[in-house]
Amino acid sequence: MSHAEKATIFNKNEAKVNWHDKALWYVREKRDNAAHNVKEWEYLRDLASAIKANVLSDLDTYLVEFEANALKNGIKIHWASDAEEHNAIIGKILDDNNAEKVVKSKSMLTEECHLNPYLEAKGIEVVDTDLGEYIVQIAKETPSHIVLPAIHKTKEEVDELFQEHLGTKPSNGNPEYLTNEARKHLRGKFLKADVAITGVNFAIADTGGIVVCTNEGNADMGSHLANVHIASMGIEKIIPKEAHLGIFLRLLARSATGQPITTYSSHFNKPAEGKEMHIVIVDNGRTEQLSREDFRASLHCIRCGACMNTCPIYRRSGGHSYEATIPGPIGSILSPGKDLTKHSSLPFASTLCGSCSNVCPVKINIHEQLYKWRQIIVKDVKQPIVKKSILKIAGSVLAKPKLYDFAGKSARFMLKYTPRFMIYSKLNAWGKARELPEIKNENFDQWYKINRKK
Amino acid sequence: MKVGLFIPCYINQLYPQVAIATLELLEKLGVDVYYPKGQTCCGQPLGNSGYEGDAKGSCQVFVENFKEYDYIVGPSGSCIYHVKKHFDIIEQTPEVIKVRNNAYELCEFIVKILGKTDLGASFPHKVGLHKSCHGLRGLHLGSCSERMDPPFSTEEDLLNNVKGLELMSLTRKDECCGFGGTFSVFEEAISVKMGRDRIQDHLDNNVEVITGADHSCLMHLEGLINRNKQPLRVMHIAEILNSSI
Repeated sequence: MSHAEKATIFNKNEAKVNWHDKALWYVREKRDNAAHNVKEWEYLRDLASAIKANVLSDLDTYLVEFEANALKNGIKIHWASDAEEHNAIIGKILDDNNAEKVVKSKSMLTEECHLNPYLEAKGIEVVDTDLGEYIVQIAKETPSHIVLPAIHKTKEEVDELFQEHLGTKPSNGNPEYLTNEARKHLRGKFLKADVAITGVNFAIADTGGIVVCTNEGNADMGSHLANVHIASMGIEKIIPKEAHLGIFLRLLARSATGQPITTYSSHFNKPAEGKEMHIVIVDNGRTEQLSREDFRASLHCIRCGACMNTCPIYRRSGGHSYEATIPGPIGSILSPGKDLTKHSSLPFASTLCGSCSNVCPVKINIHEQLYKWRQIIVKDVKQPIVKKSILKIAGSVLAKPKLYDFAGKSARFMLKYTPRFMIYSKLNAWGKARELPEIKNENFDQWYKINRKK
Repeated sequence: MKVGLFIPCYINQLYPQVAIATLELLEKLGVDVYYPKGQTCCGQPLGNSGYEGDAKGSCQVFVENFKEYDYIVGPSGSCIYHVKKHFDIIEQTPEVIKVRNNAYELCEFIVKILGKTDLGASFPHKVGLHKSCHGLRGLHLGSCSERMDPPFSTEEDLLNNVKGLELMSLTRKDECCGFGGTFSVFEEAISVKMGRDRIQDHLDNNVEVITGADHSCLMHLEGLINRNKQPLRVMHIAEILNSSI
């Protein structure tokens, strides 16, 4: 289904759309307030963007530097060229450790690689421990937002879900009660886990360490309790120096949730005594995206989700309408690089308003890349014949002033004298909920000829 | 200073009153303004739909029409933005570069080039300003709510000098209206919902007239207002700046 079709279904429940829009707009406003308190905000964005551009221009060197330093610290490094290899590597680490129970903290990369179904098929219990991700996991859904995975669910819906899966009492969606119940339940999972899997927010080349940001402390709880910690990272997560964290951590938390800093910014530099730490470095289409000059900057992304919160289309269509691991504006420029045909409607799910590019802490020109993908999609993916013909014909009419003059007059004549029921037919998507402009007796060309003689 | 008046295709055909107000306003301000014959369209609908390659002919027509003028002025931020941003698909001859550099949205031309903000207009109504995205985020007609830059607004500078006009503040100052060119038909549901939400913001803040520097957004909002018979009018900012008692 296209984004437009999915969004139309989402819009059948206007109250829910309003709620979804307001919930995310609230986060956008929190972000604005937090950013306003940083005098040098725009300067930080420039710096972050420049650092990311530098990393991407010399990625191979930084990755090798990172690997060497991590190895020195006793971390085991694995390289995966795609999702399949990533999953197989993790599967093997689990086998080597006779692991049966896994706790995961939030990692969009493991979502991208569909790690959970892979591990479940091997008979391994995987529990997502981020509260939002836990909710979507028990609901058998996917995250609809990269920072707020369950933002499409109201607290009343979560209440019902917990009654079914955790045996909680009906609480009218009391967030405190529900969170406490989830905490109790998850604590048991943490204590019994053999392996903890986390994502990576930043991988620091000059130390070989990684930083994971959470608000719930679940990455720490998991990795401190389990004997084995596996961190999965995309190749673009590198930053050159530890000192650069001061820029990125300030931008990330404010952009994501409007907090000055995430509650936990956890640094993992080496395995604890007697324990193992693994890092899986994953490509999965990233070098291909890196090779596309127009779209390279999409790899600057630090997964803050700010473009989703600000996007007026995302807020009103919900994350699942995008049918992609990463929804919203950033997902709409990343996904076509992975499967152009499947995701061909996404770059059109935008008015090109540019708000996404303005909030982006690493200054990805998201709306410009959406425009560029459109140009590629109409060439490489089969388009509806009517849409294609209309636009092609328009192109030739607009190149010929006399033909355009005739077409304009004819169209106005037709609109003025055709009966209403024919104009407002099923074929007229504009007229479903909107009136067409009232047609005047003359156009400006005609008025000018009569009223001005220059 | 010779100024070429650029009237976007849909304004020419559907909103001649906006074109007339723009022309009269420029004349009132003492501008030596000409309306070159044979204008078609900037090609934006094609470009935004992915067919910018098919828009080369209309780009050439545009440049041909305006190459002799010192400035090209039009009452539409979106079309001007397209000329400045996306006319890179044709060969960059000195003429093309000149046209792109000298294309101005009406308000920006008045404030920046003519250096005027008080145009002697009078319009005793409660007005809500719709800050169209391409004018705001594309042409930087004002500061954007997402960025931490010092606040300013070209359109507000002009409207605040209109006698009797009360500029109402909105809850969401610069959210997109959902028009988006062909987006308005291919993503009809979201487009309509975005438009309705914008209109509600103006109604909640006691606006009588919605104005803006881009009539395509206003056409979309007007279509919804008229269908739902809401107590609001839309007027292009040129019409307000050109009005007097």
